[in-house]
Amino acid sequence: MTNHWNDYQHSDVIMAIGGNTAENHPISMKWIEKARETRGAKLITVDPRYCRTAAVSDVYVPLRPGTNIAYLGGLINYILQNNRYHEEYVKHYTNASFLIDENYDFDAQTGLFTGAEDDPVRNATKYNMEDWQYQTDDDGEILKDPDLEDPNCAFQLLKKHFAPYSIENVSKMTGAPEDVLEESYELFSSTGEAAKAGNILYAMGITQFTHGAQNTRAIAIAQLLLGNMGIAGGGVNAQRGQSNVQGATDMAMLYHIIPGYNPTPQQTQPTLQDYLDATTPEDNWWSNRPKYIVSLLKAFYGDNATLANDYGYEWLPKLDGLDHSHIPAYKYMRDGEVEGLICVADNPLVGGSSSRAKMDYQKNLKWLVSIDVVENETAAFWKGPGMNPAEIDTEVFILPACAAYERDGEKANSGRWIQWQYKAQDPPGDAKSDLWIVNEMFKKLQALYEAEGGTVPEQITRMHWDYDDENGDIDIVKVCKEINGYNTVTGELVTNFVGLEDDGTTACGNWLYSGYYNNLENPACKRRIREKEGLGFHQEWAFAWPLNRRNVYNRASCDPEGKPWNPDAPVIWWDENEERWVGNDVPDIPGTWTLEQSTENPFIMLPEGVGRLYSIGYQGVGGLRCGPFPTHYEPADSPVPNLLYPNATYSPTSQRFYENHTVETDEERERYPYVATTYRLVEHYQSGSVTRNQPWLNEMMPEMFVEISEEHAEELGISNGDTVLIESLRLYNNGEQGHIEAKACVTKRIQPLMINGEKKHIVGMPFHWGFMGMSTGDSANDLTPSVGDPNTTIPEYKAFLCNIRRA
Amino acid sequence: MNLTRRSFLKLAGATAAAATLTGVGLRKASASTGEPLRIRFTKEINTTCTYCGVGCGIICNVRDGVIVNAEGDPDHPINEGTLCSKGASIFNMSYIFDEKGKPRLNPNRLTRVLYRAPGASDYETVDWDWALEEIAKRIKDTRDRTLVETETVNGQQVTVNRTNAINWLGSAWCTGEENYLFHKMVRAMGVINVDHCARL
Repeated sequence: MTNHWNDYQHSDVIMAIGGNTAENHPISMKWIEKARETRGAKLITVDPRYCRTAAVSDVYVPLRPGTNIAYLGGLINYILQNNRYHEEYVKHYTNASFLIDENYDFDAQTGLFTGAEDDPVRNATKYNMEDWQYQTDDDGEILKDPDLEDPNCAFQLLKKHFAPYSIENVSKMTGAPEDVLEESYELFSSTGEAAKAGNILYAMGITQFTHGAQNTRAIAIAQLLLGNMGIAGGGVNAQRGQSNVQGATDMAMLYHIIPGYNPTPQQTQPTLQDYLDATTPEDNWWSNRPKYIVSLLKAFYGDNATLANDYGYEWLPKLDGLDHSHIPAYKYMRDGEVEGLICVADNPLVGGSSSRAKMDYQKNLKWLVSIDVVENETAAFWKGPGMNPAEIDTEVFILPACAAYERDGEKANSGRWIQWQYKAQDPPGDAKSDLWIVNEMFKKLQALYEAEGGTVPEQITRMHWDYDDENGDIDIVKVCKEINGYNTVTGELVTNFVGLEDDGTTACGNWLYSGYYNNLENPACKRRIREKEGLGFHQEWAFAWPLNRRNVYNRASCDPEGKPWNPDAPVIWWDENEERWVGNDVPDIPGTWTLEQSTENPFIMLPEGVGRLYSIGYQGVGGLRCGPFPTHYEPADSPVPNLLYPNATYSPTSQRFYENHTVETDEERERYPYVATTYRLVEHYQSGSVTRNQPWLNEMMPEMFVEISEEHAEELGISNGDTVLIESLRLYNNGEQGHIEAKACVTKRIQPLMINGEKKHIVGMPFHWGFMGMSTGDSANDLTPSVGDPNTTIPEYKAFLCNIRRA
Repeated sequence: MNLTRRSFLKLAGATAAAATLTGVGLRKASASTGEPLRIRFTKEINTTCTYCGVGCGIICNVRDGVIVNAEGDPDHPINEGTLCSKGASIFNMSYIFDEKGKPRLNPNRLTRVLYRAPGASDYETVDWDWALEEIAKRIKDTRDRTLVETETVNGQQVTVNRTNAINWLGSAWCTGEENYLFHKMVRAMGVINVDHCARL
């Protein structure tokens, strides 16, 4: 989230798209309701189902799963065609005026941008981005047209790119009625007025697609055009589904990054200097990268990290240029390359895509370690449906872990508030905290390598690991200090990341968290002081990264002279007497900058200094693999051709791993005629391993079901409560069609949609069930495809084709 | 499950059904039956909810080391005392209540270290020391055989120190400190297959 939960109260129009706030983040509705009560705010919900959020909305827009770019492209087009954008903001704070290479183009005939090439490694399309770059003069300065009239400026290219996204076309693609589309566009674009705030909320209904990253980009473009970034009540707000999914991402439990959103070193960067040269831009914030990386290496390797040995850089594993996220990692398991799986409070056999197939792949494991509070499906795969334990040689270690309230530690919520989770009771029996478990597990491994040596033992033995207290138990404060950062000479904690150095005199495990635990008496993340009056930023409640800033990009909340666009909710402003930024939040601008510098660089995380309407990698920062602008492509499993670009049905750059895995032929489209999506319920949590073992929650939501429309049910002869079978191509093996079972929930919440003149049925399923626990049921993810976004490889869970029949 | 519908309603009160009335609902239920408050003689501990990304504050009422009640923290600036159905029943993961209202351990909670041998049809209970040592041996065996030390890149021999033979998954359920140490362990092993529910 660029903003935070309490900040919703300042919005004038809120759009919930690809997220069901009332069901999945129910308490945050309080702040939407407050905006409605105090400001007369309006709520728009865009969702395939008339979900709980839709039920309390002012405008409900139905749409076919997988057509978010069509809808958002229509919004962008409406804003541009009707001059609804915030002109001064767009001119000063975005790259609208930047001139783009004259060779750049998008070809509607092929559905491809300039520079498309075959990618034999991935068996897909990739782009040579040479012709996508900014035009520069001889000194390397970017050429601009401040009037936004040059046909090659980003603004004109944006206009051209989205011109086909007319309301008529969007209606044909999404199935949303034209008048509803217009009403929602008119309402949301009213926030292009300087003093108005528009807020876009989303969740996995935006990200979990083969075009998920571009869905998010489309939101960002709309928000930049309307001047909604940086202001109170605005923002691009990803509502996180788990209590610390933000924090686990900050700590880089992902193959492609190391803590603090630094890229994982590649084999093409064999030395620290190679790495820094490739990833450090000349200007703005990431020019500090060397300080963060050297401090990270000092935290990792301690005294073993010296200038002479590149601070231990060679011990960090280098990537091979291939994808190592969970879909390909399971494919490597299928191919016998992966021998061991360590799974911590994760349950991919319910929560992962094509989960039934994954169960078979796990048979190839030599060993599996599951750390969880219950025996989940991933751990129990060897006795799952259709499995013969006698034939499965996998050794399984199950380590009993703590419930959340049985251990201490910080968790970062969606608004980046780092709050302390206090231990309230001891865990039962031999159960231990994950912190204790990882500490003991690594100490044992380190001791083994110390005693016996092995392959590159230094990679393990030189890792700094000293977290025991005097009793040999884990001391969490030692971990907190290392994450916060300290001076390696004096041992003193650093105040924040401004104090980090690139000469080995500071160690810091995660620069973004620097400041969260900068004193032992009253650590910032444990503060509990509510503000008495103000905008609800609660500066003394917990700590928000970075630097306790609550709304990021807040420089853009003011006009070029430093006056708030909306004087009623001023985030920060320029104090002419003191000649510095002051206000209700920590300014997102270095304290030493002049007003002019801050006006030229309101988006300090980007080397250009301004928001990207047109997005490419520039000076090693950002950019997407699938094009500078979002483009409507159908999901991998699609019932219709691409209306706008018939020769490019699905995203040509998307990540595909398996043959015959998604619907390609008309015969298959007939076999699986219905468009399906998955979602969550308030009573259950993710793969359900925790909540399906709780009697109260099971009593409220006891079993797996599938929602179908009344019309659809009548066509199929299905009554409410009947058991039905659901099939997809993922369960079709060697001519045999597998299925999952669910109770039919016949409902008005889902309606068939007219897609380009043809009626298409939509179905919805929760994905919480599996074969273990007190409440068992089939997993919706047995049906979902393992295809991924070209940038993130997030699977396409939210749009696929299925068939339904009576049991 | 030995919990009747009646005792469920009596004990849970409005907890599950009416999220915004959690605390009030419990007190009303108790007052109407003349029973002492369930939070009597308890110690209050503030914590943060473990479910979605809103980050609500929860007050846990603890008696004899056992959470007997959880309700929204009225001082917390985000939830201001309210909780959803999951948050309000958070301690159900450890304890469920019998018909007399006595907490007993959730039978599906793992309380022992378990090991399943190749081809076995069940687990055996083992101790922590044995399990952690055996796991360290498995990691070492796999890593020592599969670690790629160098690779030829653009005609140059470079150090890469990685293995593709181990996957690490998780987790958004764990704290920041835990994830930080997971990350250190992952990279120390040379592991590059690492992911968690942000993408899963």
